[in-house]
Amino acid sequence: MLAVISAGALVACGGGSSSSTTTSPPGDNVQAIAVNGGPVAGVNYEDAAFTSVTLCVPNTSSCQTVDGVLVDTGSVGLRILGSALSSLSLPQLAGSGGTDYYNCVNFVDGSYLWGEVAQADVEMAGEKASSASIQVIENPAFTIPTACSNGGLNEDNQSALGANGILGVGSYPQDCGPACATSTSPDYYFTCASSGSCQGATIPVTQQLINPVIGFTKDNNGVIIALQSVDGEAATATGNMIFGIGTESNNALGSATVYTLDSDGFFTTNFNSQSLTASFIDSGSNSYDFPDSSIPVCGSNTIAPGFYCPTSTLNLSAQTVGANGAQGTVGFSVDNAVDDFTNFGGVAALANLAGSNASDKCGPGISCGFDWGLPFFFGRNIFVSIDGQSVPSGVAAPWWAY
Amino acid sequence: MKAILGVALLVLLSFPALASLGGTADSIEADSALMKGAIAVRRLASYSVHEIQGDAGTVVREYVSPGGTVFAVAWRGPFAPNFQQIFGSYFEQYSAAVKQQKASYVGRRPLHLQLPGLVVDRSGRMRAELGRAYIPQQVPAGVQVEALW
Repeated sequence: MLAVISAGALVACGGGSSSSTTTSPPGDNVQAIAVNGGPVAGVNYEDAAFTSVTLCVPNTSSCQTVDGVLVDTGSVGLRILGSALSSLSLPQLAGSGGTDYYNCVNFVDGSYLWGEVAQADVEMAGEKASSASIQVIENPAFTIPTACSNGGLNEDNQSALGANGILGVGSYPQDCGPACATSTSPDYYFTCASSGSCQGATIPVTQQLINPVIGFTKDNNGVIIALQSVDGEAATATGNMIFGIGTESNNALGSATVYTLDSDGFFTTNFNSQSLTASFIDSGSNSYDFPDSSIPVCGSNTIAPGFYCPTSTLNLSAQTVGANGAQGTVGFSVDNAVDDFTNFGGVAALANLAGSNASDKCGPGISCGFDWGLPFFFGRNIFVSIDGQSVPSGVAAPWWAY
Repeated sequence: MKAILGVALLVLLSFPALASLGGTADSIEADSALMKGAIAVRRLASYSVHEIQGDAGTVVREYVSPGGTVFAVAWRGPFAPNFQQIFGSYFEQYSAAVKQQKASYVGRRPLHLQLPGLVVDRSGRMRAELGRAYIPQQVPAGVQVEALW
């Protein structure tokens, strides 16, 4: 309960007023989240949910609470900027031969994060993951291996990241999983000597960055992201991240429809006579992103390149289809993004922000996807169950439900 | 283990002579060695598809024109492929453009890069992603880019 109250103070930093308050279900599994523009002065990180996370040196009371951490159901693992951990020195995970383990993540937007694997007790609300492997994001004195950077942009600082870290609470128990125990091909883990000599390394599953939720002693099979509804736009929006599914009185599945993921980790969206078989739900994406060649895309010389710029707000609908055959209809709207960014410059919550994914060349036989980003979360309870964990629905995880 | 590392190192050292995108079909052998994967070839009317199944689950397809040039690459699986390897001589152009684009905004969304001689799309999330890159000028006549994959 204490954690809920202290995290609630986060809401104040977005400025302005939001239209309604969210009722916090009671319980020590409830962590406040807020769409508030993020922690970086002068940066309005639109359509992103932030929370605070407490990290402790394992089994000690040496702790630090970091706010402004992005809540991301599209990734797995806790990644914190080293610069945000000024008062805490976490133990590093040692590799063989006097080396340390480093972790690398490469996002589809072309950015990457590099940093040492450290161990911490990770605490949110009344939950605690003991001695969890996390990534401490840092730009080292040596050159980061090209296999990690993969041509992308290093977001090792607050202004590039727009956050103090990323809390990955997605559909999987580890960031890499069994592949990294036997192969270096994923380029997720490296061992580096203090001299800066690095090479790709395998790592046991149990030492990899974990989804902090599976490290909890209870409420460890998934999360619910519950954000208040936003009509058009709001200065901020608040909500909760509720740990566990069907484990407490406040996280029952209820009448939500369960959509299972296929073996590739996607489900299908039927939209505009297209079957988008590589679709997914991701609170870490800041917009609805989908292919529709009939909607004008904002020009590269505008303030919203790549987003959609219809002449007036479009009211659209799509059907989401799980690998288990479950179906549901979703209505959504698309604003002119240049108008949104121009008229609502300091506004953090834009319910109708959408863009093109990624090519408009989408036809039969090609895998195309609908990225149901953060705007999809407004006014919904989105359940994210974790692969391999026991869940109450009778349908094996991973799945999404709403 | 040492032998495998040695092979991978040789492949990296031989780069970029064995570049992929824009290179010859021979370069696919180098990609296959790096991914420690087997190649399967399908021949279609206007191009052939060389599919590499990597040891970590990611599949890379390389599309070869009748003239023997790799005009497109596509991938799908849990992890991104090594772009330096599969983009070959286009890697530096890709890298410069993607860095510039990503530095222009804070946030996360799928990637679409439309350059004069290179188009790159990337979508998905951790453990589930897909993408494609192609050279518009090298796409054989009659081939629909949207049919690649």
